[in-house]
Amino acid sequence: MPQIEISGLWKLFGRQPKLASDALKAGADPEQVQERYGCRAAVREVDLSIEAGEIFVVMGLSGSGKSTLLRMLNGLISPSAGKVIVEGQQLSALRPAQLRQLRRNTMAMVFQSFALLPGRSALENAAFGLEVGGVPRAQRLERARSALERVGLGGDLNKRPEELSGGMQQRVGLARALALNPPILLMDEAFSALDPLIRREMQDLLLDLQRDQRRTVVFISHDLDEAIRLGDRIALMQDGSVLQCGSSRELLCHPANERVRHFFRDVDASSVLSVDAIAVTAPWMVQQRDVDKLRDQPPHAGTGVAYVLDETQRFCGLMPAGGSFIPAEKVEQLTAGTSLKEAMEPIARTAHPVPVVSADGQLLGVLSSRQLLQAMVMA
Amino acid sequence: MSTMPLAITAAGPVGDAVDQLVSWLLTHGPALFSLIQGLVQGLASFFEALLAAPPAWMLALLVTVLGLWRVSAGFALFSLLGLNLVLFMGLWEPMIATLALVVTASLLALLIGLPIGVLAARQRTIWSLVRPVLDLMQTMPAFVYLIPAVMFFSTGQVPSVIATLIFSMPPVVRLTVLGIREVPADRLEAGLSFGCSPSQLLWKVQLPSALPTLMAGVNQTIMLSLSMVVIASMIGGGGLGDVVLRGIQQLNVGLGFEGGLAVVILAVILDRLTQSLATPPVKGLTERWRDWRRLWSD
Repeated sequence: MPQIEISGLWKLFGRQPKLASDALKAGADPEQVQERYGCRAAVREVDLSIEAGEIFVVMGLSGSGKSTLLRMLNGLISPSAGKVIVEGQQLSALRPAQLRQLRRNTMAMVFQSFALLPGRSALENAAFGLEVGGVPRAQRLERARSALERVGLGGDLNKRPEELSGGMQQRVGLARALALNPPILLMDEAFSALDPLIRREMQDLLLDLQRDQRRTVVFISHDLDEAIRLGDRIALMQDGSVLQCGSSRELLCHPANERVRHFFRDVDASSVLSVDAIAVTAPWMVQQRDVDKLRDQPPHAGTGVAYVLDETQRFCGLMPAGGSFIPAEKVEQLTAGTSLKEAMEPIARTAHPVPVVSADGQLLGVLSSRQLLQAMVMA
Repeated sequence: MSTMPLAITAAGPVGDAVDQLVSWLLTHGPALFSLIQGLVQGLASFFEALLAAPPAWMLALLVTVLGLWRVSAGFALFSLLGLNLVLFMGLWEPMIATLALVVTASLLALLIGLPIGVLAARQRTIWSLVRPVLDLMQTMPAFVYLIPAVMFFSTGQVPSVIATLIFSMPPVVRLTVLGIREVPADRLEAGLSFGCSPSQLLWKVQLPSALPTLMAGVNQTIMLSLSMVVIASMIGGGGLGDVVLRGIQQLNVGLGFEGGLAVVILAVILDRLTQSLATPPVKGLTERWRDWRRLWSD
């Protein structure tokens, strides 16, 4: 079951949102409703399911409804129509006290403007969520301290927000969310207000945190590079609706429509595509037990080298026809997930097609410089 | 040619209605009024006794040190000289009496005004009820409060405190409402997203964020109290206002000026000290002490 499930979600803003949402819930035609009640749809008919442990980026320009969508996930904004289900609980069915419990235990939010409280030290700010949840003082300060250390602010515990730089303030904002140890993190353009260098640092920090402990992260961004860098999946939004949802590669290679293609127009394909996506089957594969037979053969007409596999299809080395066996440790290899950009150098260095292997060593295919260039021309 | 009446002595229809309301209150609420009378008188006497207890030099020194810590060396010097001048003019006792009234009236105004402000900031209907009352309280000429105050509480300190607290309450209500309303939306969202209940949101997010504006309201209320307490000398409030009033009655410019000067000194001290409470001190006491010594060496 997905951790967060959104179905048929609408949010209307305008003069008579109450009447409009009643009409919507009664099944009226959305376009007519908007016109009749003078409303504007910030979010229209959105269906998404977000799996546990993934970084899900909602990407769109300003005014596309992405921040409104995020705020409907923790009930800061209530939907005009549709359902939000978080960990099996439907948000609109919860009483205020239950909703507070859900916010205290399940999801924490990080804000674009940091939204730290003035007059509290970094430590007290980081402990805020725990304080609200009624965790005893000594315990919450300890947890806040370790959260601050985790984001690299161990030395500035007693500084006030106004004494910290933007990047450091957002570290406190992140620590405030992490101190709760929530399964879900909601990040509203969390790094957009930061300088490019600091933003990069914070992205690394987030990826680092995900390696330690996988949380579900819903990340709002208007920056495509950031979306591609962080997102396991990306939902592209425009005018309140989701244009397409999928991995960055799917969006780049198989855009659902012209508008998606337009978004990805300037994206550097070599940093999005990974080697396993374009690798081709090795032209000449032999089993390890047959290697000795090759020694006496004349040089192969095609690629000239054989890719040697063991019984479980793991790559164990190269065997040039008529030459001697080269074990895998001495062969240039690419692991799945490596971007084409990173693959360029090893491919350029190697005469034969470079083997692409999975994390556990299975041969997925090979990649020659020619295939690399072809893929980049096509993208 | 018709002649204008030389003086208006009888009230019109609106005034009659107010007269009737006042006389109804007078016949039906004496128990309530004597309760209020007792409470306010007790409070005023307590503060007067408290402030008169230490010798003048000790109080002056206390104000000077407080000023040195919270405001600046220059202000500390001003306080010391100013308070000595008051003592030298022989106006120390009236000043203490005025201060006691200001403290009593401000305290009561804050006790009533702050909760009203908090409620009005959260409930639009309450605000729409409170707002016209505040407008009335602020624009009604200050002297008008003196008449019913005298009718309900006779003359003396109690009606002075009551008239003063009515006159000085609007700013603290208004600025509390303003302060809470202008708390940035993202801070409220942060509070709510971490699961604040409405009261947690008030105490942990809204009031701390509104504190600077709130303290400006407190400062305004204290300053208005001081100005009204001086006027309330006309109904027997006593203190520095009495000195000024005697100056007017006897056409004694010198006496009036001395009384006025003492009011100004007290006003400046109260204003700066209460303003400084809104923010944490910029410098430590030792650093201020160095500033103080530099005043003499330069």
